[in-house]
Amino acid sequence: MALLRVDQLKVYYPVRSGLLRRTVDYVKAVDGLSFELQHGETYGLVGESGCGKTTAGRTMIGLIRATAGEIHLEGDRIDRLSGRALSRYRRDVQMIFQDPYSSLNPRKRVLDIIAEPLRNFERLSPQEERRKVRDFVERVGLHPDSVYKYPHEFSGGQRQRIGIARALTLNPKLIIADEPVSSLDVSVQAQVLNFMKDIQREFRLTYLLISHDLGIIRHMCDRIGIMYRGRLVEEGTRDDIFEQPQHIYARRLVAAIPNPNPRQRDAQRERRLQVEREYEQLREQSFDREGKPHPLKRLTESHSAALL
Amino acid sequence: MGQAVLQIEGLRVSFRIRGNYYSAVDGVSLAVHRNEVLAIVGESGCGKSALALSVMGLHDPVKTRLEGSVLFEGADLLALDRRELNRFRGRKIGMIFQDPQSALNPLMTAGRQIGEALDYHTTLSAAQKKRRTLELLRMVGIEEAEAVGGRYPHELSGGLRQRVMIAIAIACEPALMIADEPTTALDVTIQAQIMDLLKELQRQTGAGIMLITHDMGVVAEMADRVAVMYGGELVETADATTLFERPLHPYTRSLLKSIPSLQAPDERLHVIRGMVPPLHLMPTSGCRFQSRIDWIPVSAHEERPQLREVEPGHWVRCTCYREFALAGNDSS
Repeated sequence: MALLRVDQLKVYYPVRSGLLRRTVDYVKAVDGLSFELQHGETYGLVGESGCGKTTAGRTMIGLIRATAGEIHLEGDRIDRLSGRALSRYRRDVQMIFQDPYSSLNPRKRVLDIIAEPLRNFERLSPQEERRKVRDFVERVGLHPDSVYKYPHEFSGGQRQRIGIARALTLNPKLIIADEPVSSLDVSVQAQVLNFMKDIQREFRLTYLLISHDLGIIRHMCDRIGIMYRGRLVEEGTRDDIFEQPQHIYARRLVAAIPNPNPRQRDAQRERRLQVEREYEQLREQSFDREGKPHPLKRLTESHSAALL
Repeated sequence: MGQAVLQIEGLRVSFRIRGNYYSAVDGVSLAVHRNEVLAIVGESGCGKSALALSVMGLHDPVKTRLEGSVLFEGADLLALDRRELNRFRGRKIGMIFQDPQSALNPLMTAGRQIGEALDYHTTLSAAQKKRRTLELLRMVGIEEAEAVGGRYPHELSGGLRQRVMIAIAIACEPALMIADEPTTALDVTIQAQIMDLLKELQRQTGAGIMLITHDMGVVAEMADRVAVMYGGELVETADATTLFERPLHPYTRSLLKSIPSLQAPDERLHVIRGMVPPLHLMPTSGCRFQSRIDWIPVSAHEERPQLREVEPGHWVRCTCYREFALAGNDSS
């Protein structure tokens, strides 16, 4: 059974206007998104700004209510949960945020930041709690005594690891990471990405990695879904997506990745312009009347694309 | 290589922090030639933006001390006052910034902002100005020039805003363009379009481009030559192909090895030990990268590390790259 199953998820934001703030229209941020996460894998949700990937992630963790559709965690439907069941779900799914500067409360010590989920869910004595937090802090590569420090005393990469330690305390099954390294320098980025892979093995985590950076997605993910206007346009393994993209939008996205070999610069540019011309030609037929992707069609065991 | 349009000699940019001056840029010499893209790369805090801003005279004059010279068309930009500097800025030197949202005036339409640049530096009539504005918008790949010219920045997408800013930068056909992270805020497909556009404009005008970026992918796609900065100094310069195929300085090698898209998937990324020290703690003598590469014996570093030409056009600072290559130790 899949760990997480998202079925025809829709999130509409009302657009209000006029004296009575009546709803005149909807922004359809997520409009029919379906996919599954298997235990232990890293699934990448990638797309350009405004494609709905962040809204989708926030809905899955329960920060935003779905307008329609279903989300199942290990077979239990969780988008309509309340009370006890919701609280259990909240233990199982944790989040790593984008900006390590605004996602840690500057007035709290690291001890209180990391212990907060524990205090919400478990009744530990102060000694046990401190021991547990020190243990986590050490596992994310910081000195155990840093639990008495405040966030401003750490660098960006260290802060991101504190955020990760907080996400790990309740032994979650799924971690949703929305652009976890995009505000960090490349060498710090490398440190956090390596670290995410290490703890994935150690804690047997499943990741949903949301990013616009195709280099990071390719490096980290087993399977990838490309989103466009609230839906998937293509889904497949890393090789399917990067070696054999089928939908013109996916091909255009892959062609736009800078080629790290300066010798292939001209060839790359030529390919890019070629795909761009095709995109202009195929645009009409590649999307439905609303300009959204068609339903996904299965191409192979692992690979699907929104082709007619 | 064409003729040099910008020649920086021994530039030192120092910021005053609690009464003491610390150098964010420490003795940088480089040249940008016609028809050339020179990329300046490094992580945050390496001094690349301080370099660009001081060349443009956009530093805070009260807290900043500048030494050295920046020669542009025979004039030393550092010695000019504001009025004289404005003869160059925006006319012969175009600027493109990272964030078009904050660089554009939100109260003016795109067309008027381009017109404003023309007002400052040319004596075109109103009709000529309009024609030139529309021409510029088309040059940067905007088909509906008339419509876009009439819109305010908030009505435009990120890609369009960046194009408008480029239109302003090229309005007076500059001989030099300084682009500070021009594509960082953009989606990858838009980034590709802007890179292609800058290259195309350069082909037409022959301008030299100084490209400030931390993105090695952008460097690989655009740069002819690359200058790598660390701790305010150049640590390595070479043409782009050489730098990517035979990087020599440990910092350059580390940087390239830490980038996901340059490694095989699933391979562990290289992590540089420690972090870039803050400005006031940066070592001022010896090899500045020394403390972060502990596998190289201290004695291998030069006492006064110099940029040295190790093969034609390929310059490296300090001798530590030799030991590094000998030891064959690429991982941390």
